[in-house]
Amino acid sequence: MNAIIEAEHLRKAFGELVAVDDVSFAVKAGECFGILGPNGAGKTSTIRMVYGFSPLTAGTLKVFGLDIARNARAVKARIGVCQQENNLDPDLSVLQNLVVFARYFNIPASEAAGRARELLRFMALDHRENSLAVNLSGGLVRRLVMARALLNRPELLILDEPTTGLDPQSRHQVWERLEELRAGGLSILLTTHYMEEASRLCDRLLIMDRGRILIEGKPEELVRHHVGRHVLEVADPAEDLTAFLRERDVRYESFGHRVIVYIEDGSDLYREIIDRFCQRGCTMRMATLEDVFLRMTGRELRE
Amino acid sequence: MSAFYPPISRRFIRVWQRNLTVYRQSWKISFIPPLLEPLFYLLAFGLGLSALVGNIRYQGQEISYVRFIAPALIAITAMNNAFFENTYASFVRMYYHRTFDAMMATPLTVEEIITGEIIWGATKAVIATAIMMAVISCFGLIQYPEGLLLLPLAFLGGLAFGAAGMVCTAVTPSIELFNLPVFLFITPMFLFGGTFFPIENLPLWAQETALLLPLTHLADLARAFANGRIDATVLPGIAYLAAFSAVAFPLAVRKMRRRLIK
Repeated sequence: MNAIIEAEHLRKAFGELVAVDDVSFAVKAGECFGILGPNGAGKTSTIRMVYGFSPLTAGTLKVFGLDIARNARAVKARIGVCQQENNLDPDLSVLQNLVVFARYFNIPASEAAGRARELLRFMALDHRENSLAVNLSGGLVRRLVMARALLNRPELLILDEPTTGLDPQSRHQVWERLEELRAGGLSILLTTHYMEEASRLCDRLLIMDRGRILIEGKPEELVRHHVGRHVLEVADPAEDLTAFLRERDVRYESFGHRVIVYIEDGSDLYREIIDRFCQRGCTMRMATLEDVFLRMTGRELRE
Repeated sequence: MSAFYPPISRRFIRVWQRNLTVYRQSWKISFIPPLLEPLFYLLAFGLGLSALVGNIRYQGQEISYVRFIAPALIAITAMNNAFFENTYASFVRMYYHRTFDAMMATPLTVEEIITGEIIWGATKAVIATAIMMAVISCFGLIQYPEGLLLLPLAFLGGLAFGAAGMVCTAVTPSIELFNLPVFLFITPMFLFGGTFFPIENLPLWAQETALLLPLTHLADLARAFANGRIDATVLPGIAYLAAFSAVAFPLAVRKMRRRLIK
C-alpha cells in the first residue's frame, strides 16, 4: 500500500522544550489516521510539521512521497488544513471567505465561485452564504473552515481537534461529513482528545504523551490488547478490595472512591467481586478507547 | 538574489487582493477621513493661521503658507496610511484574526504574505493621496500634470513607512506598544519634518536630524511635485526613500519569518 505520509524520527524543539521527540508513523492512502493525546502531548506540533507550517528540528518527513522541507509549496497545494483556532476572515461573508481563500491556491475566480457554492451545500451552509463570518456560531464556523479546507480538492485533509467546543449536534454533523469524505477516498489525518471521535472515525491511531508515541494500532485492537473486553467499575469499594485484586493478580486502577477492574475474557471473577465488595453499586460495561487512553497516559490532570 | 532579499513569487498579489476585498466592504467609511482631514487642516491653517503667518520663505522663494502646507498634508497622509495599516491593522490580522496562520497552510509563503501586506499599505497611501489631491486641487493648490507624480511618490513613501511599520509589528509583543514608535518616530516627524514650517527655522543640529527622517524628504518631494518643480533637486530625496525601503522591507520580512515560523 502506498503511504501518503511517511514520518521518521520527527523531532521538534522550541529552545529547551522538546515538543515532539522521535515520532515515526505512516499514513496510507485512503486511511483516516488519528493522533491522540492529552493537552500538551505534541499533537499539534506534529501535524504542523506535516502541513509544512513548522520546520522539523530533526527527522525526515515525506508527504505524497515528497520531502516537505524542499517541496513545501507543492505539498501544501495538495492538502487541506483545518487549524485549531478559528481563522476565518471576520469582515467577509461566508461565500467571500471561500472565494478569497481559493485565490491563495490560484484557483480561477469563475471556478472558485462554483466550488464554493458546491461546498457550502455539502456542509449545509448554503442558506448562510451572505452572512458575515463574524456572526456565525461555533458549529457553523467549524463547518465553514472545513469547506474552506476542501476548496483545493485536497488528497489529504488535516484537522486539528475538529470538534473541540462543539455541541453534540454539530459534532455529529462534522463526523458524518468526514465519514462521507473518507468513503469518497480522501485520506484524513486528525488530532483529537475525544475517544468517541477517534473510535468512530479512525482506521488507525496513535496515542502520544510528552512528545513520544505510547501505542499505535487499530482502535478495537488497542482496546482488546491493553484493556480487554470488559471493565467493572466499583463505586465506594470495601477496603479490602484492592488487597483481594492484588492477591488474585488482577489488573485494576484505584481512585479512592472508585476502582476500575479490567476483566479478562471468560473470567468469573466479576461475580465474586460483585458479591463481596459492591456496597454502593457496580457497573459492568464494555471496555472503550477511553480506558486505554487513561491507562496509558495516567489520570493526573494536565497543565 | 542575495540571502538578504528573500525569493518572492507573484503570489503576493493574492494577499494584496484579500485586503482589497475587505477594504471594498467598507470603502464608504474608509474614504471619509482622507476627504475631511485636508479640509480641516486647510481651514485651520489656511484661514486661521495664515492670517498670522502670511507668506513664508521656502528655498529662497516667497510662497503663501497654504501652498507650503498643502503638499505636506499629502505627505503626512501617505505616511499615516501606510504606517498605521502595517502596524495596527496588520497586527490585528496577524495576532487576533490569525489570518497569516491560515495563509501559511496554503501555498503562500511568509515572504509573500508580508510583501502583500506592505504593498497593500503603500496602496492605501496612494488611495488616500488621490482622495486628498481631489480636495486640495479644488483650492488650486496643485499644478498639473506634474502634480500627478504625487501618486507614485505616495507609493514610494508608503513602501518606506509600511515596511518600517511592519518591522514594528514583527517585534511588538502587544498592540498597545505601537504607542512607542508613534510617539518616538511618527509624531516628531509630523511636527518637525519640514511639514508646518521650513526646517531652516530649526537650529542646525535639529535640521541635520530632520534630514535623516523619511517624512522630511517625502514632504519636500510632495512640495516640488505639487508646485511643478521637476528638476535634479528631487533626486536625493527619491534616492533616500528608495534606500530606506530597500533596507526596511527585507528587514521586515526577516523579522516576520522569525515571528511567524514556529
